[in-house]
Amino acid sequence: MFISVFGAIESGIIYAIMALGVYFSFRVLDFPDLTVDGSFVTGAAVAAIGMLNGVPAILATLLGALAGFIAGCITGILHTKGKINPLLSGILMMIALYSINLRIMGTPNISLRNVSTVWVQLQSLWEKTGIDQALNGLLAAIGFARTPSTWAIVFAMIIVVAIIKILVDYYLKTEVGLALRATGDNKQMIRSFSANTDTLIIIGIGLSNGLVALSGALIAQYSGFADIGAGIGLIIIGLASVIIGEALFGTKTIARTTLAVISGAIIYRIVVVIALRANFLETGDMRLITAVLVIIALVTPMYIQGRREKARRLKKREALAQQKKAEGV
Amino acid sequence: MLQLLDISVTFNEGTLDEKKALNNINLELAEGEFVTVIGGNGAGKSTLMNVISGVLTPDIGDVYINKRQVTFLPEYKRAAYIGRVFQDPMAGTAPSMTIEENLAMAYARNKKRKLKLGVTKKRKELFKEYLATLNLGLEDRLNAKVGLLSGGERQALSLLMATFTEPDILLLDEHTAALDPSRAELVTKLTEEIVRKFELTTLMVTHNMQQALDLGDRLFMMDAGEIIFDVEGTEKQHLTINDLLEEFRKRRGVQFEDDRSVLG
Ligand SMILES: Nc1ncnc2c1ncn2[C@@H]1O[C@H](COP(=O)(O)OP(=O)(O)OP(=O)(O)O)[C@@H](O)[C@H]1O
Ligand SMILES: [Mg+2]
Repeated sequence: MFISVFGAIESGIIYAIMALGVYFSFRVLDFPDLTVDGSFVTGAAVAAIGMLNGVPAILATLLGALAGFIAGCITGILHTKGKINPLLSGILMMIALYSINLRIMGTPNISLRNVSTVWVQLQSLWEKTGIDQALNGLLAAIGFARTPSTWAIVFAMIIVVAIIKILVDYYLKTEVGLALRATGDNKQMIRSFSANTDTLIIIGIGLSNGLVALSGALIAQYSGFADIGAGIGLIIIGLASVIIGEALFGTKTIARTTLAVISGAIIYRIVVVIALRANFLETGDMRLITAVLVIIALVTPMYIQGRREKARRLKKREALAQQKKAEGV
Repeated sequence: MLQLLDISVTFNEGTLDEKKALNNINLELAEGEFVTVIGGNGAGKSTLMNVISGVLTPDIGDVYINKRQVTFLPEYKRAAYIGRVFQDPMAGTAPSMTIEENLAMAYARNKKRKLKLGVTKKRKELFKEYLATLNLGLEDRLNAKVGLLSGGERQALSLLMATFTEPDILLLDEHTAALDPSRAELVTKLTEEIVRKFELTTLMVTHNMQQALDLGDRLFMMDAGEIIFDVEGTEKQHLTINDLLEEFRKRRGVQFEDDRSVLG
């Protein structure tokens, strides 16, 4: 149990980068972008092929992110210059990317088992620190039978995600970032203040998909393979993370919302892992679990709010009735 | 400051819905001139505003701002010189962003937007000073989301945002029409103060004839896509609503049909 939850946290933090990308398009730009399913694999494919051809792992990973950025920009161009509706622009790009990804990879699945990925490289550095032994010793001492094989990924990802979060928070408060947010909020207004909304949308969707592709590149190296089908339904997982996070932690400020989205991504993974441990559920049920989770996260806050309102009104009615009784009417 | 030469706009040309919205408009506004515009529904007032702001490109004719031809300059580029307040109080601000963020976006109007913080300490002080001139207490609510403000407050904020960077031209399209009378009066008063303070070249569309007479240095009456009456100076000062109706009858041979425009 502990090991699987640990694994969920590990992959959850990597998927958090993808969730931040989805937050960027869906929430900040109010642009329901489905490119994500394709750009996630593009990131994985470019990174994998790069590494297999001797590009250093970190550079290959960043190239993967760049490829995602370009794909996102094209979706943005389809929408702004081609006047194609946002959903359709994303779907078209997603479909096109499937073929493009297959071309990049050459085969539907690439193994990264014997490749020096970022995680392999990190591990060889990490071992010298001795942190694994210390932490696992601690866990063993308090009675855990099985301990994680490495803490390197969790620690490294916390730092990477924290840096990305800080950059996103900052970006959204810059002059450009404010204009970007206004583009998602009120296009007419920000245009009347001399902002080119087309360019902002193109860059915004580009950045969003850059993050998604970065996440894809890291996940491929984490799981040891790049697969053409890895992105199917991913957008819903991203949305689930955003919605769960927002429902649990609120959206008061930008910094809070991005933290909520990251937490949402991790919580989503944990819930899925725990749910899959139930005997009657199989791995194939994951998508169903995801859909149910999103529905719960969407409906529950509304339901609770409704209950509260009802209770409040009832209380008022009762108070009035009591008062009338006391007055003897 | 602003010059329109032979501007014509026709919608849906060649179809049953063909509509000549502007018909050979010529006008010239001097720097700092404040013009009120009246006319019935469909007279072409909003179309005129849209041609000036670049939302619409005229079929024929040219637009000059500050002697520079801007006929084909896209809306967002022209917006560096033009402040606008719309009829809908929701239109001029970003509701899910705070007051200070909205002001910061307006502040960046005539500058290149950079990757620097939009709201800085120094700017906050500046924004507070400007907000204080509205006398609505908004200077103490810099971090409030604009969506929470009342329509009147939002419109006052929109007006401030459109003007405090001192644009070359200010366009107001019935910007008090959606407000209740007391709020409308407040925003009108603010408009007059701000236009005078910054000496803005202003075009203000209104359906309130009295307002059109009380405010500004010059008045246009529009009908069927034409400016049929253009009056300024002392002649305008002595004008009454009855004179306006008389002018309309004289030029068009009919009564001013729109009751709404006679009200007020
Ligand atoms: N996009 C458009 N397509 C077709 N016709 C239009 C369009 N915009 C305006 N019109 C027509 O052009 C004419 C002028 O419209 P405009 O909006 O300029 O009038 P207005 O003077 O602002 O009227 P109001 O006082 O009702 O706001 C109207 O007959 C209108 O129906
Ligand atoms: Mg109009």
